[in-house]
Amino acid sequence: MTFPGSLDDRDALRAIRLAGAEPVLLWHGEKWLSDVQAVVLPGGFSYGDYLRCGAIARFSPAMESIVDGARNGMPVLGICNGFQVLCEAHLLPGALIRNDHRKFVCRDQRLRIERTDTAWTNGYQPGQEILIPLKNGEGGYVADQHTLDELEGEGRVVARYLGDNPNGSYRDIAGISNAAGNVVGLMPHPEHAVEDLTGPSVDGLAFFTSILNSLVEQA
Amino acid sequence: MTPEYELDTVLAAGESPEHPLPFKELGLLPDEFARIKQILGRRPTSSELAMYSVMWSEHCSYKSSKVHLRQFGEKVPPQAKDILLVGMGENAGVVDVGHGLAVTFKIESHNHPSYVEPYQGAATGVGGIVRDILTMGARPIAVMDAIRFGAAEAADTGRVLPGVVAGIGGYGNCLGLPNIGGELAFDPTYLGNPLVNALCVGVLPADGIKLAKADGPGSHVVLFGARTGGDGIGGASVLASASFEAEGERRRPAVQVGDPFAEKVLIECCLEIFAADLVTGIQDLGAAGISCATSELAAAGTGGMDVDLDLVPLRDETLVPEEILMSESQERMMAVVAPDKLEEFMAICQRWEVTATVIGTVTDTGRLVMRWHGETIVDAPPGTLANEGPVYERPIRRPYDQDALNGEHGNGLPRPKSGEQLRATALKLIASPNLADKSWVTDQYDRYVLGNTVLAQPEDSGMIRLVESPEGGKQLGIALSVDGNGRYTRLDPYAGAKLALAEAYRNVATTGARPLAVTNCLNFGSPEDPGVMWQFAEAVRGVADGCQELGIPVTGGNVSFYNQTGSTPILPTPVVGVLGVIDDVERRTGQAFFGDGGLLYLLGDTADEFGGSEWAHVAHGFLGGKPPKVDLARERLLADILINASRDGLIDAAHDLSDGGLFQAVAESCLRGDAGVRLIVPDGLDPFVFLFSESAGRAVVVVPRSEEIRFTDMCTARGLPARRIGVLDILESAIEVQGQFRIPLLELRSAWTATLPGLFG
Repeated sequence: MTFPGSLDDRDALRAIRLAGAEPVLLWHGEKWLSDVQAVVLPGGFSYGDYLRCGAIARFSPAMESIVDGARNGMPVLGICNGFQVLCEAHLLPGALIRNDHRKFVCRDQRLRIERTDTAWTNGYQPGQEILIPLKNGEGGYVADQHTLDELEGEGRVVARYLGDNPNGSYRDIAGISNAAGNVVGLMPHPEHAVEDLTGPSVDGLAFFTSILNSLVEQA
Repeated sequence: MTPEYELDTVLAAGESPEHPLPFKELGLLPDEFARIKQILGRRPTSSELAMYSVMWSEHCSYKSSKVHLRQFGEKVPPQAKDILLVGMGENAGVVDVGHGLAVTFKIESHNHPSYVEPYQGAATGVGGIVRDILTMGARPIAVMDAIRFGAAEAADTGRVLPGVVAGIGGYGNCLGLPNIGGELAFDPTYLGNPLVNALCVGVLPADGIKLAKADGPGSHVVLFGARTGGDGIGGASVLASASFEAEGERRRPAVQVGDPFAEKVLIECCLEIFAADLVTGIQDLGAAGISCATSELAAAGTGGMDVDLDLVPLRDETLVPEEILMSESQERMMAVVAPDKLEEFMAICQRWEVTATVIGTVTDTGRLVMRWHGETIVDAPPGTLANEGPVYERPIRRPYDQDALNGEHGNGLPRPKSGEQLRATALKLIASPNLADKSWVTDQYDRYVLGNTVLAQPEDSGMIRLVESPEGGKQLGIALSVDGNGRYTRLDPYAGAKLALAEAYRNVATTGARPLAVTNCLNFGSPEDPGVMWQFAEAVRGVADGCQELGIPVTGGNVSFYNQTGSTPILPTPVVGVLGVIDDVERRTGQAFFGDGGLLYLLGDTADEFGGSEWAHVAHGFLGGKPPKVDLARERLLADILINASRDGLIDAAHDLSDGGLFQAVAESCLRGDAGVRLIVPDGLDPFVFLFSESAGRAVVVVPRSEEIRFTDMCTARGLPARRIGVLDILESAIEVQGQFRIPLLELRSAWTATLPGLFG
């Protein structure tokens, strides 16, 4: 999915291709999702995000279709800005706010994968530790106590930060899923860790092979 | 319109020859004003005066530097002519890198605005250089920045540095361009004049170069991108061409405000327009805004242009023509579009929701004519604005204190002798602001976006993959490094400029890429000071001669004068960027030490050279003597060895030796690879000189034991001194200098990483 300010859309395309699937670029102004079987909302600044990250993107024509699709079980992965858009669109609970240290941060981040039965994480071992890039200015995950407890109780925390918390996220949360497990939001960037040449590891690739597996299993 | 505004027209100018005009306030000299009257055959209108004042400012006309910069063109080495597709004078130089691809790159300063308003000044510096690259028809693929500030602990550095870094990050991150390296340096002379030099590199089809010219009478002149507002009015002439003292607050509105999202959209829109081949000429709007774009396009093309200023989309409807002409609102472009392509051009702009307006027509009249409210307010030959500005042979004089400075060699400065003293020196140097870990800065920049970053800061050069080959074929890439050393240049501007060039060249070769072309950003004090002008002339000669000796051309760059506070200029600071090409990025060499038992080799000669060194600066606050000797034939040889060794897999790691000397380089490589090393001081070398001398033309490499003979044979055959100085010891987790001292990596890392966060939070 390309919004005018999407930045990591080409990276997401490459990751999907390397995983063995066929990527298709979707345009924010078009409602029709052609016949795609899953959607990645990439990192970036969708519509500039001067108001609030993702606040305008949720009203785009394409998002209407994605919200419908997601409610009907279509797998959706939102990375970074995509995660922000999913929260703004209420497909995921909570919100992402400015990093607690007030600076943009780009670094290689260790994570623990906590839930491996989602469409996007079934290729990981439970508790597996991975290293992928993190880069955000507004990546602090916040939600009220009740929501956080609910997420924890239902096992919907998909990934947690290890080591220093990079952005002030509550309970070190790096990614969450919806109740059904088809919608996942993640602040760090698995699409930047799919090749030895350019990433700190290839630990991110399994997000994209996972979705392929789950689609193949369904078929 | 303000009620008291009175429109000045060409008609009125003819009728009122004595009407007073504020030419001095706009930075023009009486002689320059007289020349304008001579060109026009009457007094200029106030709009024409606005245009001439910005176009003839130092920033736009290069009036003090032009006579010197000619050398870059005259001294292009013969072997470089084949690869040079576009040389000096266009928005950016373009070089052929093979495979049907060309690369364009350039570095530019945004020093003065960044002092006044650090965030926006630095942000719009990135925006400006990115548009220069885009204008050539290229997709921008990476940025770098070389930034310099006053003493690290100075209060104002605490204001300026965080803002500049956030501005570079805020703009570049939002554009989706990886930031792959640069420089950070501190010196008290930069306190009132920080240097913010931004570099951008782009890639394009070798046959897809776009130029800034308005060809073909009847073609449309289209202004597209952001609307024109009141920001940055007179920025070029007021800010960039006169030094300021404590006037920052008053002039604040002269700094432009950036909108990176608008620029991101503009980039995608332009690339789609280029791909469909819809423009005959294109120019970005930077310094001097519409004045510059219209006059340069017209002067380079058929020669004339009619513009209706009423059609310029405005952010602020009260702007008057003089302001519209001088506005430096960001994220704007001007294209020349043939009539039969206009519809398609407009359709693409609409898809990206980019405002595009036809504001004029190309003519063959040889005149740039502008109308507003039905009146003619500008009627001038465009060449006189764009190309025929004043040219000065400024007086040049070797500064009176230069001999004294070179004579105070500092050989008597107390040096550490015992192992304990050497250890303390090593720790003190690595924690000093110029040598400390730069992650506090670089962690605020996205280095991953686009997924082609093979190497990024703190590696010797940034490296970007150009051609992706999923089937395991060769993946073509480029490498870039920017370097400068103001202290060396202060001691000897000719040698200092060559040393900056040599370092950038060496850095590129260290990663395995072959150096190909050069860009430079020349930061100096006031050209009206003959001493500064001497520094400038010597430095330009140094870069030009150096490039000739290395066989690589200067493709473009930028001059920034008036970097001084009162009568005190900054250290003369030529910043040199070198672009290299690598056939297969898989073969690149990084700086991280790895591989237990790997052999450490020091390449090149080490002499007792501490003039302008980091040690003299940190340990004694001393600057004097001569900078290290520069030998470009040796640099070429060293580069050849490094490139061949990289390609043939003879080395596991490599790091160039520069500021801080051998210990600094070894420490950085050990920390990056988390590997310990045992060093042996070679026979006949004083341990202090071995560890901290800044002799040029050197690098340290790790040779796997299996390749030692092949590697040393190659060095012997080519005549490059190579001395084995140690061995990697993964288990040791320390740097041990045999018989002298030992520092655990943990201790080293904490000294190295604590400095910048301690200063800037």
